[in-house]
Amino acid sequence: MDDRTADGGGLAPQAHANANGTAGENGKTTKLKIFRGDAEGGEEVEYELPMVEGMVVLDAVLNVQAEQAGDLAVRWNCKAAHCGSCSAEINGKPKLLCKTRMEEYDGEEIRVHPLKAFPVIKDLVSDVSWNYEVSRSMTPFTSDAQAPFTMYEEDVERLYEPKKCIECFMCQDVCHVLRTHNKHAEFAGPRFFVRAQWMEMHPMDNQNRLKYLHEERGGVGYCNITKCCTEVCPVGIKITDNAIIPLKERVADEYYDPAKWLMRKLRGNRNGARNGG
Amino acid sequence: MASITAAKNRLPWWVGPITVSTVLVLFTVYAMYVVFFRPDGQYQSLLSPFYSPPVGIPGWMPGWVTAPMLVLWIPLGFRATCYYYRKAYYRAFFWDPPACSSKAQEREPRGNNYNGERALFILNNIHRYFLYGSIIVVAFLWYETAVSFFPEGGFGMTIGSLVLLTNIVLLSGYTFSCHSFRHLVGGNKDCYSCVKSGGSTGSEVRSENFLRKLRRKTYNGVSVINGQHASWAWASLFMLLIADLYIRLLQAGVITDLRIF
Repeated sequence: MDDRTADGGGLAPQAHANANGTAGENGKTTKLKIFRGDAEGGEEVEYELPMVEGMVVLDAVLNVQAEQAGDLAVRWNCKAAHCGSCSAEINGKPKLLCKTRMEEYDGEEIRVHPLKAFPVIKDLVSDVSWNYEVSRSMTPFTSDAQAPFTMYEEDVERLYEPKKCIECFMCQDVCHVLRTHNKHAEFAGPRFFVRAQWMEMHPMDNQNRLKYLHEERGGVGYCNITKCCTEVCPVGIKITDNAIIPLKERVADEYYDPAKWLMRKLRGNRNGARNGG
Repeated sequence: MASITAAKNRLPWWVGPITVSTVLVLFTVYAMYVVFFRPDGQYQSLLSPFYSPPVGIPGWMPGWVTAPMLVLWIPLGFRATCYYYRKAYYRAFFWDPPACSSKAQEREPRGNNYNGERALFILNNIHRYFLYGSIIVVAFLWYETAVSFFPEGGFGMTIGSLVLLTNIVLLSGYTFSCHSFRHLVGGNKDCYSCVKSGGSTGSEVRSENFLRKLRRKTYNGVSVINGQHASWAWASLFMLLIADLYIRLLQAGVITDLRIF
């Protein structure tokens, strides 16, 4: 990922324009409280800046960085809600800074913090590398066939939604299993349930990840389906309904359904050995 | 719709869990009252959905056993293990978490004893069996709704029959939008086009194609109504109460069942 973890460096051209162009014309200003600190600790610092119609929070943060705090660290890249780099918390809720308009908080205090489920590196930048470790722990897509595959639309229409994921990790951040209960060592999190659902439902994949999800690193049983991940997903993936619950149902098939358990016993198969056909 | 969502988002985080817990407690209290103290739910051709399917009480059972006790555990178990209600009561009663904002999650009970659905709540995995039982109950409710359209032997329509019809439509929507049902009709398959019976004759191939299309259409249809599972859950719950209250008011002679034709 070619993110710009700007520490006084990368600056959005639009932010310059806002700061130096039309911003002062109507004389309106706005205030923003930004977390300044690192893993050792920190505090909110309030900044006042020119308010421009249509401004998003990332514009404001970059304006502060350009005009008032050159050492402010913020991660961003596409500024079009496609790369997932600028995820942070605004007033305690995970948001993409580039997709959140300042007008949404008209009359409210705006407080910007880094993602709290992961260690802070500096200011608004968290270390999300844990997610890549989880990703590596999962059996990747594996097929006996050679790509490009010939598949029917009816078999792949369910796979479009999980592929929309931009890996902003906001679902991971809001998930209370990680954020409150710190189950990082035994719970993969919603982002990787989305990935697992894509692979498990892929007609050309020949691997089985139910054992991983239930008995190993996946820890899908920790999820109590309270849907915070779905609420914050910036691309609208119905994570709980379309990824986590289908996986829980497949786990129930394998581990908790007495009729299916009996059938497996009669056929001499083991739990977790399913390869959905 | 957008303005409703915006207004909802402006409410304090505790409004949701407090409202849900209040409604669920009131419903549980009412259901317990019906189960323990109201042995009769029939008024002419109308049967309260709490009493469906109508079962006789065996003579060897203690006198305090009522008809709803023998049947109500199926729909109540279905709701108690439902994926939507699980979300609702984990948030409302256990505050695990009460809502999604950081302020709300700070109120969540902490510690190392969080098990999610790996300890006691592992029992929720039995949900599909309550679904199977509920499908049978729904079939009986459709039959009893049909009976209510023959109030005095001939075909006719009363307010009571419309109440029961609304109830069973909403209850069917709730039952068949269930996540376990969605899994059953296609979510458990990776490949719809892979239906192979080994047949090679024209009729066997046609049968395979029919099965493929049926499965896909059923899965997609269930997926559509599954998107509104929470709405079906609440609407059917309130309608259940309304239907039962309507029949109680008829029994008490407070109102009369108006005949439309």
